[in-house]
Formats: sequence, C-alpha cells, structure tokens
Amino acid sequence: MKIGIVRFPGSNCETDCLEAWRVMGAEAEMLWHQETSVRGCDLIVLPGGFSYGDYLRAGAIARYSPVMPAVIRHAREGGLVWGICNGFQILTECGLLPGALLRNAGLSFVCAPQHLRVENAATAFTRAYAPGQIVSLPVNHGEGNYYIDAAGLQELEEEGRVVFRYVTESGAEGGAGNPNGSVNNIAGIVSRAGNVLGMMPHPERAVESLIGGEDGGGMFRSVLAGKE
Amino acid sequence: MPEVYVKVTLKKSILDPQGSAVEKALRQMGHPVDAVRVGKYLEITLSEGLDRAAGEAALEEICRKVLSNPVIEEYVFSLEDRP
Repeated sequence: MKIGIVRFPGSNCETDCLEAWRVMGAEAEMLWHQETSVRGCDLIVLPGGFSYGDYLRAGAIARYSPVMPAVIRHAREGGLVWGICNGFQILTECGLLPGALLRNAGLSFVCAPQHLRVENAATAFTRAYAPGQIVSLPVNHGEGNYYIDAAGLQELEEEGRVVFRYVTESGAEGGAGNPNGSVNNIAGIVSRAGNVLGMMPHPERAVESLIGGEDGGGMFRSVLAGKE
Repeated sequence: MPEVYVKVTLKKSILDPQGSAVEKALRQMGHPVDAVRVGKYLEITLSEGLDRAAGEAALEEICRKVLSNPVIEEYVFSLEDRP
C-alpha cells in the first residue's frame, strides 16, 4: 500500500498523519500541492489545517491546486481518498463528496475530544470497528457544520453513507452530543462507491494512548488490512 | 476596463449563525433591526482590452466555480465601466 499525504500551504496536520502511519506500521510519503501526479499512490490523504488560509471558503482555493486533478482522477478510478477536517472541506468543494461544511452553529471554534458512533463499519476505512461502536476522537474546527439539502440527506441515509455520527458518551444524538450543528449529527460520510471518505474528527491524533487515545487506530488498521 | 462588484451571500434557506449573532447584538443595543445576513463583497478589475460580453462570461464562470459554492451560496455581480 503506497500512501501519499498532500501538503497544501496552510496544512498543519500532515506531519501528524505521517507519524500516525508510522505508529501504525506503514510508511507514507508527502505530496506537494504543486505536483501534477499522485506518484502511483494507492491512498491519498488530504490532511487537516487551513489550506490557503481558508480564504474565500475553507477548501475553496485548495480544490484548484495543481495536484487536485490527479487526486480527482485517482478517486474516479476507484482509488482511496481520505479527507480529514480541512481535507473533508476540500472534498466537498471539489465535488467528490456531496454537501458543504458551514460555520459551526454556535460560532465557536471547537477543540475537544468528541464521541462518535461508527454507523458504517463495512467501508475500507472502518472495517476494523464493530457496527455501532462508540469511539472518541478529537475535533478541532470552526467550520464543521455539515449541510446537505433534504434530498441529498435522504440519499446519504438510505445508502448507509453516513460513516460517523456525533453522539454523547452514552450514545445519545443531538444536544450536547453535537458540537457544531451538523445535520443529522453527521461527522463523516463516504462516496457512493465507498472509496472516498471525508470526516471532521482527527483519527491521526488518536493512535497512541499517551496522547489522544487509541480509538483512531482502527481506521489505519482498516486501510492496511485491505492492502494487496 | 470594467470594474466589477460581486456579492456572495448564503442562500436564504441556509442558517447564518454569524448574521444571527450580529442581529442579536444590534437588537440588544436598541437598534430597530429585524434580520441580518453576513456575506462577502469583492471588487474585481478585469483585464485591459476585454469587451463587456467577454467580461460577463468570465465573471459568470468565476462566480459559479470559485467565488461561490452553489450548494450553500448565491451571487450577484455588476459591471461598471471605469471612468
């Protein structure tokens, strides 16, 4: 499994991702946003941060950077793409995932551990979890309020494409369990073909018990278990 | 060459927490305000030598593809010839 992490100007979680892969036993490499190929990588990670300063809209400028046509081509050919936080915003901006990320409903930047329920444990990114398992991952964003129109929402739900939902520790939805106002408490979704996943929480910050816990490790194990 | 003024706003169907916060603050101060929506305003100078039709065509594409996200936003622009 060849893993590439795209570094945009303003990315700030790319090194965490690199380190997380190392902890999980895989070597990833950094791709620069000015490159026009993904160097034959099997998985492309779009990391968190504030690409291009979040100017205009989060992800709006990054989606037109030189590397993105290659990322989009890779996704259209069935290759794995994993967008985390700002990476999720870039994936909705470029149309690989539906919907959009709005300003958090409470206007506050949220930075805290957050409980999530694994709604779909059959994806290439989540098969190491049990369906319905509750995990804790850090969230760290100002624009994570997932929005999609009613028809799009129905489609996502019916097709089982909501992968993670914000919940309280006991698994309750809504209220204090939802940090940003996301519709249906959606924290992460997957493309119809299942090869493109976007999520606001940060699994790369939760692969070691000393910092952030180990609940994010399942995603890395899921991907690695699928390697040829 | 035309000077262009672009406004990008959240669609009416989208909640605008920023606008709501400003609205509440204004009301608290006693101002007679019913609603506030926060949007973006851009000034663009198109390249020299571009005629109006080509300018409008370019602007449409710029607004649709870059300046707004059609999932959540709408835009209007106006072209004015520079004196």
